Amino acid sequence: MGGVLTVFRRELAGYFATPVAYVFIVIFLVLAGALTFTIGNFFTRGQADLQPFFTFVPWLFLFLVPALTMRLWAEERRLGTIELLLTLPIAQWQAVVGKFLAAWAFCAIALLLTFPLVITVNILGEPDNGVIATGYLGCLMVAGAFLAVGAAISALTKNQVIAFVLAVAACFFLTAAGTPVVTEFLSQRVPQMADIARAISVTDRLGGFSRGIIAARDVIFFASFIGFFLFANTVAVDQRKAD
Amino acid sequence: MTALIEIERLTKRFGAFTAVDDVSFTVSKGEVLGFLGPNGAGKSTTMRMLAGFMTPTAGTARICGDDVVDKPVAAKRHLGFLPEGAPTYPEMTVTGFLRFCGRARGFHGSALADRVTRAMHLTQLEGVRLQPVETLSKGFKRRVGLAAALLHDPPVLVLDEPTDGLDPNQKHEVRNLIRAMAPDKAIVISTHILEEVSAVCSRAVIIARGRVVADATPAELAARGPSMDAVFRELTLSEAPREAA
Repeated sequence: MGGVLTVFRRELAGYFATPVAYVFIVIFLVLAGALTFTIGNFFTRGQADLQPFFTFVPWLFLFLVPALTMRLWAEERRLGTIELLLTLPIAQWQAVVGKFLAAWAFCAIALLLTFPLVITVNILGEPDNGVIATGYLGCLMVAGAFLAVGAAISALTKNQVIAFVLAVAACFFLTAAGTPVVTEFLSQRVPQMADIARAISVTDRLGGFSRGIIAARDVIFFASFIGFFLFANTVAVDQRKAD
Repeated sequence: MTALIEIERLTKRFGAFTAVDDVSFTVSKGEVLGFLGPNGAGKSTTMRMLAGFMTPTAGTARICGDDVVDKPVAAKRHLGFLPEGAPTYPEMTVTGFLRFCGRARGFHGSALADRVTRAMHLTQLEGVRLQPVETLSKGFKRRVGLAAALLHDPPVLVLDEPTDGLDPNQKHEVRNLIRAMAPDKAIVISTHILEEVSAVCSRAVIIARGRVVADATPAELAARGPSMDAVFRELTLSEAPREAA
């Protein structure tokens, strides 16, 4: 595990050594706050919970997470540092997991910094803080799923723009699959497809978390989803590292 | 003398193009092998396979007895590798970068600090230790890469063009450093500079179009013709090139 920790530390420090971290966090916080209080009708709903905030998080991560993952491997390949990283006595899976965990920890930091929202609802009313905690856990799961997909895509290309666009498309697919627009359309035309769409959708599963339900099947979904894409990432790095 | 680097019939193909074709040689402790050849001859590809970065199409390479394909992590522990162009993470400071490399090699605490200090002393980086690598000149960047390769005092050093981009004084320093380390290591350096071979290498392997065309001491090579340059040209141009390079 030493290799994972070494890569993790370097990556996480790397975010804060460049403007990436600050731009990401500021934009995330501004958009999350603005959307929650305007389109989310935080005040007019008259309910002391963070439901509107949790609804917007996947849509924000949809753009922001690919911006983090696009550089993970594409940048290493462009700079040639991948040759340095993979000739250190670290197994390839350790490099993959270390990078993923660093990006995940970074998303966790961004989510933690939305704490003023939690304080606000606690001042305005008496929310169920347990439900808020599971909602945050759900957001972290969504971030993990998006990061795993984005990192695997980044390993396939040298070009960061391609990595970004493809990752946004993949995350959009995962997010939009569970929206009423898609599921209603599909259940009227192709009911079987509607079930599949709901099953792969992260918004549906996040809905459970944000109502305070930690269902085993949702946790297993996210864990196996992340596991699969980290495996795919390791294979992609191995196959494409020297191109 | 035991061979620390053993390369056996190493081959790398990219589609129909054979970049490295059936290359074999060994390097023992105390030897400095100069790996020569024109651009595109397969020097970097061979070194990348030796460092475990590229997977050979056929053949094997062993470092201190550990196969680079079957036991990659063990083989990499014995190896200090300077990749072509000495890539480094631009936003990291020199100290931060070297500490990262040291940590990846399993050093902690005061041992790590000692290793980093020693490597910076050997490559004369003390003056820039807290500067981000991206602000450094080409020569300094090259020395940062060299420091990372030397950090753990490995028995095997593979340096891809270690003196490229250095000024004459820095080249002189790096050559002295290589000479000083030579007695207890097996070192492979690739270069285009023929005088460098005579200056630091105890043996020279010339590679052209992926094949080894000469394996001799620099003195023997020089004795084959009027000058080292002439011998090199004759050996590497004797076959018609397969691709326009």
